[in-house]
Amino acid sequence: MDPGRFTQVDATTWRVDPWGAMRVPAIIYADENLIRDMDNKVYDQAVNVATLPGIVQACYAMPDAHWGYGFPIGGVAAFDPDRGGVVSAGGVGFDISCGVRTMLTGLAVADVLSVQKSLADSLYHQIPAGLGSRGAITLDALEMDAMLIGGARWAVERGWGEARDLERIEEEGCMAGAQPDWVSERAKERQRREMGTLGSGNHYFEIQAVAAIYDLAVADVFGLVQDEVVVTIHCGSRGLGHQIGTEYLREMLVAAKEAGIELPDRELACAPINSEVGRRYLGAMRAAINCALANREILGHFARRIFAHFFPNCDLRLLFDVSHNTCKVEPHIVDGRRRELFVHRKGATRAFGPGHESLPAALRMVGQPVLIGGSMGTGSYVLVGEATSEAKAFSSACHGAGRALSRHAALKQWSGRQTVDDLEKEGILIRSPSMRGVAEEAPGAYKDIGAVVAAAEHAGLARRVARLRPLICLKG
Amino acid sequence: MSCSASTAKSGGKWEHFAHDADVGVRGCGATAAEAFEQAACALTAVVTHAEVEPLVSVEVECEAPDLELLLVEWLNAIIYEMAVRKMLFGRFAVRIDGTRLAGTLWGEPVVIERHSPACEPKGATYTELKVVKDPDGAWSAGCIVDV
Repeated sequence: MDPGRFTQVDATTWRVDPWGAMRVPAIIYADENLIRDMDNKVYDQAVNVATLPGIVQACYAMPDAHWGYGFPIGGVAAFDPDRGGVVSAGGVGFDISCGVRTMLTGLAVADVLSVQKSLADSLYHQIPAGLGSRGAITLDALEMDAMLIGGARWAVERGWGEARDLERIEEEGCMAGAQPDWVSERAKERQRREMGTLGSGNHYFEIQAVAAIYDLAVADVFGLVQDEVVVTIHCGSRGLGHQIGTEYLREMLVAAKEAGIELPDRELACAPINSEVGRRYLGAMRAAINCALANREILGHFARRIFAHFFPNCDLRLLFDVSHNTCKVEPHIVDGRRRELFVHRKGATRAFGPGHESLPAALRMVGQPVLIGGSMGTGSYVLVGEATSEAKAFSSACHGAGRALSRHAALKQWSGRQTVDDLEKEGILIRSPSMRGVAEEAPGAYKDIGAVVAAAEHAGLARRVARLRPLICLKG
Repeated sequence: MSCSASTAKSGGKWEHFAHDADVGVRGCGATAAEAFEQAACALTAVVTHAEVEPLVSVEVECEAPDLELLLVEWLNAIIYEMAVRKMLFGRFAVRIDGTRLAGTLWGEPVVIERHSPACEPKGATYTELKVVKDPDGAWSAGCIVDV
């Protein structure tokens, strides 16, 4: 993307002033190289989002932004219901509440390396991953609704998690306002046998070493110790969320037309928040958030079970669990006034700064852990939310490396077998049912995550605390 | 119509096209129905390059205001059947009557070791969505699929 299309505000802030139908500016946080590597469609999509009714302050794009559906992936936009604001199924995406959790093991890297291969094989055989895999849990209609209302709390009550985890999960593990009645039978059917499954694509289950600490004080609060091992799980609301996204996108195409909203792109299909469709979508989407929270809690339980086999005295503690694809009602100060806004984060992480009232007491002084997923080869990062992030982007930060190459291009460039062998030489064991899937997800197909988090830090969205290096990665 | 070859007897064919994060599927054929069948072949090829045996048939029906939206409905119907039945489909027959579609899918349960499914489609999208008849009479039908 040509940086000349923007007004450069500072080294990592690029602005498009309103033109045409734009109601607010579009702002991208990235350094010049990241901007140059972005697809032109990121500009188009950020501009399109800025035209939606009731949008507040600006449309934002994170340093890992790339071409999405309607909204760019890495897009953040807040809407005011009292000013005709909308909720957009495309602004949340198909994988509702896709997110990351990181668990502390307290184990030294040497402990894990001594059983690295057995542990990798155990993960591969015990964590259902990829299309066609079957989870051990089947939900009947009553349990489905209980799960959609209860989220991770439901999982804990059923013995698939621990109560102490809940305060370390967004919304304390249970999103209020979920309405299972507004989730279709088809969406529920798609989920009936998918609890505790990982999915595929960029989702993963990774054993990682703490490779570097950038902020010792915050790392200490988070429990991150150099050369200790953590478990990170990246997945979402599985088939239920996908189906809700599909169905409401279709319904919102009609709803937008009926509300007289001019859509520059069909994927921006939306409905007024204060409309029957808008309310139904929010109820269904919140149920999907609970599905994702429950799913990650169950996968965390599986992690505990597998680690207990290898390390009987090991105690896996949850550092944090945070989502990437949501629409949340949050109070934010805009023009000096506190307003309740519907904040869409699509491929962006909530990043509350120090002192935020919703954070657990143990974290409140330093801010929210912001977990940034990497690829199989490059590291992941743990950041902490900055106080400045609220004014910058409604308390949001990037979510991952972001793809640099299409799957198509990745397949032409890498072989899955070679990628697995190359990573093994670097001490990283990959387990996956598909070598083609591994090739499509080759580390080289992703952006330089170091540059992405450095830009996020420079922009005041979140600050680096630690870098994590993969030791074992299970890909669906 | 078979996905084991990218070119059908009638000249129908499918292809993938690039998207930053996901993948585009496109089918071509002498009729809109054939283009839809080929787009479905392209969808299966997103998941696997292995042969899919036509052991079981599944009937689907969908409806939409226009042909483009009907393509999305068709692909989403296949994605739904793949997900809930844990199946892959390798042969497709489509009948289009105005804005209604009736399709038959033939396939088999996923065998992870044999099919090595590369990824799991989440949904067909409206991005790059096009169903067009070329001046020479050939149809093409495609869109981006979120995986």
